[in-house]
Amino acid sequence: MTHDHPTPPTAAERKVLGHPVPRIEDRPLVTGHGRYAGDVSFPHQLHMRIVRSSHAHARIVTVDTAAARAHPGVVAVWTADDIADLPPIDFRDPSAEALKPYRQPVLARGRVRYVGDPVAAVFAEDPYVAEDAAELVGVVVEPLPVLMDAHALGEFDHGRVSEPTVIRHSFGDIDAAFANAHAIVELELTCGRHSGVPMETRGAIGRYDAARDVLELHGAAKVPHRNKDTLVRMLKRKPHGIHLFEGATGGGFGIRGELYPEDVLVLLAAMRLGRPVKWIEDRREHLMSANHSRHQHHRVRAAVDAEGRLLGMEDEFFHDQGAYVRTHGARVVGRTMSMLTGPYRVGAYRAVGHFRLTNKTPAATYRAPGRYEGTFVRERLMDAIAERLGIDRIELRRRNLIPGAEMPFTVAFDEPGAEELILDSGDYPALLDKALTHFKWDAVSADARRRRAAGEAVGTGIALFVEESGRGPADGARISVDTDGMVEVVTGGASVGQGFATAMAQICAEALGVDYARVRVVHGRTDRIAHGIGAHAARATVMTGGAVNETALALRAKALQFAAELLQTPSDMLDIVDGVVRRKDRDGGPSITLGAIAARVKPGAELLHGRAPGLSAEAWFHADHTVFPYGAAFAVVRVDRDTGQAIVERLMIAYDVGRAVNPMMLDGQLVGGAIQGVGGALMEEFTYDQTGEPLAVTLADYLMPTLREAPPVEVLIAEDFPSPRNPLGLKGGGEGGINAIGAVIAGAIDEAIGIPGAVTRLPVTPQRLRELLRRV
Amino acid sequence: MTEKRDITLNINGCDHAIRVEPRRTLVDAIRDDCGQTGTHIGCEHGVCGACTVILDGEAVRSCLMFAVQAQGKKIRTVEGLSDGATLHPLQAAFIRHHGLQCGFCTPGFLMLAVNALEREPDIGDEELLDLLASNLCRCTGYQNIIAAVRAAADEMRRAGAPA
Repeated sequence: MTHDHPTPPTAAERKVLGHPVPRIEDRPLVTGHGRYAGDVSFPHQLHMRIVRSSHAHARIVTVDTAAARAHPGVVAVWTADDIADLPPIDFRDPSAEALKPYRQPVLARGRVRYVGDPVAAVFAEDPYVAEDAAELVGVVVEPLPVLMDAHALGEFDHGRVSEPTVIRHSFGDIDAAFANAHAIVELELTCGRHSGVPMETRGAIGRYDAARDVLELHGAAKVPHRNKDTLVRMLKRKPHGIHLFEGATGGGFGIRGELYPEDVLVLLAAMRLGRPVKWIEDRREHLMSANHSRHQHHRVRAAVDAEGRLLGMEDEFFHDQGAYVRTHGARVVGRTMSMLTGPYRVGAYRAVGHFRLTNKTPAATYRAPGRYEGTFVRERLMDAIAERLGIDRIELRRRNLIPGAEMPFTVAFDEPGAEELILDSGDYPALLDKALTHFKWDAVSADARRRRAAGEAVGTGIALFVEESGRGPADGARISVDTDGMVEVVTGGASVGQGFATAMAQICAEALGVDYARVRVVHGRTDRIAHGIGAHAARATVMTGGAVNETALALRAKALQFAAELLQTPSDMLDIVDGVVRRKDRDGGPSITLGAIAARVKPGAELLHGRAPGLSAEAWFHADHTVFPYGAAFAVVRVDRDTGQAIVERLMIAYDVGRAVNPMMLDGQLVGGAIQGVGGALMEEFTYDQTGEPLAVTLADYLMPTLREAPPVEVLIAEDFPSPRNPLGLKGGGEGGINAIGAVIAGAIDEAIGIPGAVTRLPVTPQRLRELLRRV
Repeated sequence: MTEKRDITLNINGCDHAIRVEPRRTLVDAIRDDCGQTGTHIGCEHGVCGACTVILDGEAVRSCLMFAVQAQGKKIRTVEGLSDGATLHPLQAAFIRHHGLQCGFCTPGFLMLAVNALEREPDIGDEELLDLLASNLCRCTGYQNIIAAVRAAADEMRRAGAPA
């Protein structure tokens, strides 16, 4: 069921929602008082160190822990045999039965499958001692052949191939589309292996409270409630027997907060060893064990008519998953193909995604999962079609865009179980025009032509995209006001550094009528609220924000009712302004603060007349459908022919977010995402040698943009099409910045070096760009 | 190698008498032995700069030093930047210009920039950009960090200028 909400007010008609107010998170963070995982310590805690495989694929012969156990300060050393009763790391959502044999064991059993695969865990009094002892664990293995290319099929286990599943999405008559095509354009494209790489590495602290029989996991992030459910299953505990706690989080980007082997180990060890257990990942471990992402090889082709209209699109791709299937199952493959057609109307479609295992670090979601990859593929294809038919690349795109008049637009697939997309609202051509004007595309293109004529290698790029956000189904919130007027909002949301608390405080403050600085937001704590949707797939603002809005409105009604009785004034004549209930129609007159109301409705208060005490409310927000923000990216890139370096001179993101909760924070999300996208387009790559040895295990090898590689990013935030799917009109903002950056930089490099279609692989490192230039 | 030594670290004007192994890094000692957890560890190999502190007037990466090497020196960390409840102009500018998101790299950037602006109040813009390019941030895309540092530099220059 979808029901359309009326158009919400603009920021100009609101006090705090929609305004670029400073973040309530910031003061502790700039004074050194943020409490990140590494800052959490408990008395008498032990420290865990993981012994990791140095082979990409091998049979484990023996793991000798005797010397490590004998090392002074070591309390225990575990191998797979010590945790034989533990199941592998489970999927978050129910997943295809076929994927289950490919899950990662908590400690490697029988075989190691990537360099970094956990083999043993050492528990010691001191982290330095734990590291010393880990070096004493003797792992004897018998090397097995390594599989390093997802194009190749191999054996995962006896009788089990390295392809857990193949996913298909299609609609329309694809064979007819190709048979009737005026032209067929075909490309082979590769998106490189890279990932979120947050500045804070992972960390987990397990603690067992024997008095209450509760296991606590500190250092949780992203989806604490969902992970609690998984841990309850894996550790066979009661739901009230495990709680997760999120502190400050040093960047998430999709990879932090997934359930990893180390999380399970600290919990089990805390219980078995009777002491808190702390694990803080080092950077080398992070780069070889936290989720990788993005690595796909595509063979894509389009059937077009003489005007360049997309009659059909066909894509076969190979997703390089790495050694195991982690918590998402095959989700990234599915999202890649469901979103591949993006903002365009395509007559017929067929996509086949091969979900393939290799002997590399396992992969999962990274900011705009499947979309960074898919937009690169689709927009490369659009550039190639424009080139082939001699049509301007903007004009070609305009001809194929879904027109505003056809919204909402449904993309439905033939396969049972393949979720249809209902693009909820928007006008893609209108945003394109607005963005072209803002970027001054004609002038910028002319300038690039002049510079090329003068001998420079400089070019412009354009890419269009659709994002997804706010996937349901439901989220709840609880809000209460104390006798001092302080508002507490309890959510099941999570903060990964994106300003979640500020956004929720703004929504609550607007609906309730209080100063947002007087709102304290609780998140990431499973002991405070039973349900929580977390912070993933740009859900937080839409879903939890929707719940906070509903709850604040309910609380407002309740406060006004109590105030009406106390002030002897009808509630519809009252308003709440800055935490004070007063008459709407005139200044002065009777008034009462929310804190004073809270004091008057304490348990036993006369005013209650049988009603429940306290100034608090709880409500839910339900959403049946995902909402789809959309945008356009533009770039100017210069290539240094001598060094092969691509220098991004200018980037612009135009993005219709429906309604922005905080334009300053949204701008920050888009700019930050865009620069991460530059990293994936030009610099970042997890490379391996032919034996499966990872070559990027320090930040000196895995290169991320510094300020010198980060171009200025302009942002054009549009609020032209608030989503009709939620009362605030919100669409998510976390992933729009990064989505099209690989695509747009590729297009700009092609033009800069004068070779249409030159870029077929990301990242375009100086070495690769020099190879392309040698072809001229 | 592992025999512990008694040393005193002076952090933000306070002496911390601690007993550490000679191999213990300065950042571990600051965080775990002295309890000043505002200084963060991002890579432990001197690339990211999250652990930057000011040591006798030099911005240094505290992951690349041993604690015993800091004996007798004045260490400044993020905890010492504000004057009671009054934020340092650079802290205030980071908030005003949205120069942080997750905040993990922020203490390192603050100490790096504070040291530069104190030593060279009239630092040129190119020099400032070169300096700030020595630390990594994964959230902001840097442009708001640059804006914040420029704004604080102006403010500090005005405050420091003779009336």
